[in-house]
Amino acid sequence: MLKISGVPSNKDIDQVFPSQERLEKGPVVIVECFETIPCNPCYTACHVGGIQAFKDITDLPTIDFEKCNGCTMCISSCPGLAIMVIDYSYHKDYVKMMIPYEFYPLPKEGEWIKGLDRRGAEVVKVKVLSVKNTKYQDKTQVITIAVPKAHYKKIRNIEAGDSNAKS
Amino acid sequence: MIHTDILIIGGGPSGLCAAIAAAKSGAEVMLVERSQYFGGQLVKQTHMFFGSEKQYAATRGFDIGKKLVEEVKNSDNIKIFHSTTALGIYEDGVVTLEQKFESEEIYLKVQAKSLIVTTGALEKSLPFPNNDLPGIYGAGAVQTLMNEYLVKPGKRVLMVGAGNIGLIISYQLLQAGVEVAGIIDASPRIGGYLVHASKIRRSGVPIFTGYTIVKAEGTDHLEKATIAKVDQHWKPIPGTEKEMNVDVMCISVGLTPSSAFFWQGGCEMEYVRELGGYVPKRNRYLRTTVGNIYVAGDSAGIEEASSAMVEGSIAGLAASHDLGFVYEGYNREIEELLQELEGLRGGEKGIHIRRGYNKVGF
Repeated sequence: MLKISGVPSNKDIDQVFPSQERLEKGPVVIVECFETIPCNPCYTACHVGGIQAFKDITDLPTIDFEKCNGCTMCISSCPGLAIMVIDYSYHKDYVKMMIPYEFYPLPKEGEWIKGLDRRGAEVVKVKVLSVKNTKYQDKTQVITIAVPKAHYKKIRNIEAGDSNAKS
Repeated sequence: MIHTDILIIGGGPSGLCAAIAAAKSGAEVMLVERSQYFGGQLVKQTHMFFGSEKQYAATRGFDIGKKLVEEVKNSDNIKIFHSTTALGIYEDGVVTLEQKFESEEIYLKVQAKSLIVTTGALEKSLPFPNNDLPGIYGAGAVQTLMNEYLVKPGKRVLMVGAGNIGLIISYQLLQAGVEVAGIIDASPRIGGYLVHASKIRRSGVPIFTGYTIVKAEGTDHLEKATIAKVDQHWKPIPGTEKEMNVDVMCISVGLTPSSAFFWQGGCEMEYVRELGGYVPKRNRYLRTTVGNIYVAGDSAGIEEASSAMVEGSIAGLAASHDLGFVYEGYNREIEELLQELEGLRGGEKGIHIRRGYNKVGF
């Protein structure tokens, strides 16, 4: 499906998720990179050995979920915007997700906005916890959202305020 | 008559890298660019680049352009000529140029010991009824309007072509606040990087693989496009038509190398489908069959800008080396670059390119 529609299947997604046990320990990276393209900045950005060295630049990234501490440094380094960090341990009812976002206007801290799935359809309202937009992010802002636990595996995007797609 | 060691035609990513590499050994380099700006397509690339740190991965295209232009301007050995179009290459090797100056055009002649041609590529078009209606653009034009002139091309776009350029421009249209009604591609599979496809898809833009454009309609500008599914012979299947109300159609169906200088210079040419059309034969150091003409970038075969930059560096180093300029790190550096290039052409996306390059060596 991914190669036909751009939407990864549940099986694709399961493959890049860590175990439930690891998820419950705290923040961890999810890299939705399914194709052997020449690209390795995620490895270059990682300082804890969570994303392991590439043998070939076209290798898929290999993640050591035990070493990854969910620091988020790799999120805005991925040219494909394929990386997010999930903190399942955040709250009993909510998962904290840190996702890359390159649209204006940026969402505002504290507001509830639409959480979108991998097709761009609204799933549930999510709460914006923070917007990280420093020089390091270089315009690929990292948005932290709280997502109801029942839906976290579906959420992959947000629609902030008056979506500029409709302005 | 201007005399120089190396003349480089085209100031895009490969031309800039060729100039920097050639100047390192002390060769005198002249770099000419038709446009007012150097950087070629990099100027319009707002996305982060792929590849590795060596090709500025994770840096945005226009920022890479700025870095390279800065480096070229800081080199004492490189003379740069913008607004200067190379007109032709003559039997005695003289290249003629036309330089815009105020409202005049100045005619220049250059005798260079070697020539590196990095003229890039031309966009392919698509025949269908009413494809000349206003509102139907080539992908490059949409990107120029949007990212160079800051003008929205319209309100609602149909993107034709799901290669990297079609996908990237769709994303940039969304960022500019333009609605993208959908992306179609006659191929059964998405041609561009899947990470690009996924990020557009999750912004709600549908991708219709296996669809082609049937016709465009509108009185004085584009108002409606009809698309249809294709069969295994790429022919539209009657009854599968869908109508889309769009005021812009962006045609992004691939590029073909800009090869005029190689033909005129007498280089042995080869038609290679995988590389986008006619390209000059060349050795691994990018020297063509005419000993002092080198090729790099999209004019050598359609590829990503990261490969174009590496090729530029290889051609620049090799051209100055072949002229007898001594650069101590030459052997190590050129081998590293060749390896880098091979790396970039690895993986499943590189199969096509690798097949193409196997056909053009000599």
